[in-house]
Amino acid sequence: MDAISTTIFYVLMFLSVYVQVFFLITFLENRKKIVTRSGSISLSRYPAVTIIVPSFNEEKTIYRTVRSVLDLNYPKDKLKVFLIDDGSTDGTWNAISKFGKNKNIKLFRKENGGKYTALNLGLQNTETDFIGCLDADSFVHPEALSRIMSYFGKNPSTMAVVPSVTVHQPKGIIQNAQKAEYEMGVYLKKMLSFIGAIDVTPGPFTIFKKKVFDDLGPYRHAHNTEDMEIAYRMQKNHYKIEHCNDAYVYTNTPHTIPKLFRQRLRWIYGFINNTFDYKEILFSRKHGNFSLFTLPARAISVVSVAYIFGSMIYSIGNFIYSKIIQVQASGFHLGGNAFKFDFFFLDFQASIFISLAIYAIMIFSVIFGRKMASGKWSFPFEALYFFVVFLLIAPFWVLKAFYNTILARTPAWR
Amino acid sequence: MQTFDWKKYLIVLLITSGLFFTAIYLTNYFSNRKIDQLKLIQDQISTSILSSETEFSLLSELSCKNVSNVALSDQLDELGSKLEWGQENLGMTAEVLNLKKYYSLLEIKDYLLMKRISARCGVKSAFILYFYTTAENCTLCDQESIVLATLRSKYPELRVYSFDYGIDLSAVKAMLNIYKIKDTALPALVVGDDVLTGFHSLEELEKVVTDAFKLQEVKPETTNKAEDKAVKP
Repeated sequence: MDAISTTIFYVLMFLSVYVQVFFLITFLENRKKIVTRSGSISLSRYPAVTIIVPSFNEEKTIYRTVRSVLDLNYPKDKLKVFLIDDGSTDGTWNAISKFGKNKNIKLFRKENGGKYTALNLGLQNTETDFIGCLDADSFVHPEALSRIMSYFGKNPSTMAVVPSVTVHQPKGIIQNAQKAEYEMGVYLKKMLSFIGAIDVTPGPFTIFKKKVFDDLGPYRHAHNTEDMEIAYRMQKNHYKIEHCNDAYVYTNTPHTIPKLFRQRLRWIYGFINNTFDYKEILFSRKHGNFSLFTLPARAISVVSVAYIFGSMIYSIGNFIYSKIIQVQASGFHLGGNAFKFDFFFLDFQASIFISLAIYAIMIFSVIFGRKMASGKWSFPFEALYFFVVFLLIAPFWVLKAFYNTILARTPAWR
Repeated sequence: MQTFDWKKYLIVLLITSGLFFTAIYLTNYFSNRKIDQLKLIQDQISTSILSSETEFSLLSELSCKNVSNVALSDQLDELGSKLEWGQENLGMTAEVLNLKKYYSLLEIKDYLLMKRISARCGVKSAFILYFYTTAENCTLCDQESIVLATLRSKYPELRVYSFDYGIDLSAVKAMLNIYKIKDTALPALVVGDDVLTGFHSLEELEKVVTDAFKLQEVKPETTNKAEDKAVKP
């Protein structure tokens, strides 16, 4: 039993290192291609774009969301905004009605049917060649749209461009942990973009060519992760997705553990089930790095987290057991033997060195992600929060997602 | 059609393997250093025992006054706990096994020497021989080890010599024969001339040990004296 678990442990470690090294090599190959612009740019052509803002009970944040869209540095006559109230029960409709007079803005109100139905209502009414969505809890940087559109201008085969999503005004350990995670996400997304293997087109401000939906059909329910499913569908049909690292979107992230738990449960559940729905393209050479790298890499991370949790429980159990035996045998004896530090008892297992290597590469990716997302070099102290928070609670949502998948229960949005 | 680069997958595989081999190399390097460290401690103990033996042989005919009661017990304890750790974390390699055999021999030598000193010079000392097994999952052995460790911390003059029942060493086998210890009755303890088998609680053992103490005591007034330097003229 021990030999089997050790083998699984080292296989998972090997695969995790493989994934990290793969990203690192991709970075070294492409580092000169990473451009981070700081000022405004002018495009030779400004195609018309529709931005859909679906909302459900988001009266508190939607005003700022819409303001940020209206403040985009993009010709006003080329920008259409659809505000869609998906049957909110709070003051969302009142909040968006204030924008009714603006001729670029169109308001829609429908019965609640889920985010994908709101997006599809927007798609049906879209007349422009480019279309994007902005979640009502996120805000865009004024230059985000023109920087994204420059990618479409450069490469006509590009069908979608995803932005760099970062955390809006992080407070506390939970949000700062996510800040580091999102910054690492910026780095990873850029690397996936270089190898043509992006697996999520995030709800906050991914811009698509309308042709994508004309050819492939509208959004689907997709286990409440419609932004993942559409990316899978595009990859399956060889539609190019790029990442514009200097198009910034700031999103409100969960600030409590239960909320973070529910969000991640939805993501992991979505990953497991969407991957299952698209299992025919897994390991298919025809679908390139997406099938051979991105999907397996995500699966490895999910399995590793579950495994780490299992072994953590096992070690804690072992520790408690040995303590029980000790108490049974001789009762409580505190400080019987003074602890004497001896270098001899430091453990130098191979796994320690490998873990250190993994952590080092991860810290590196947070540093570069931050550089790409903010243009600044600084040491990401938040990464320490990230390791603590995610190591402690990630296993729970992963296991719950497996559990829900087996029982086929779709997790709620909130 | 997506781009797909076999070469890159292969290069990443090579780098990853390289990282793994480096990690394994480092681990081996540190394991070897630890084994060297263990050997060094054993050599020191071996020299000390030999020196005491020689000293004893030279002087015992004349007087007990000059025989210092060498306090090897702490050193042996340290070696014992490091060996145990090594066995768990470095694996039961041929080297670790050899070190363990040597350790058992040193224990026996220390035991015999101490017995001779205490018999001839009337030094008060208490010995426990402890036989356990690692061949099977012996929870009682684990518990008995903890009891003995606690007992040792209460009575610093007590010496506990632990022997792995399964060790392939004729000297240990001879002891097993002398005390007629069977593997079905582990853990087993030898206190004075009594053989105790099975688990014995702290209270039980404490009583047995203090009784055994009195048997060995030559003069009652030395009972409370620290034993390290107490040598009867």
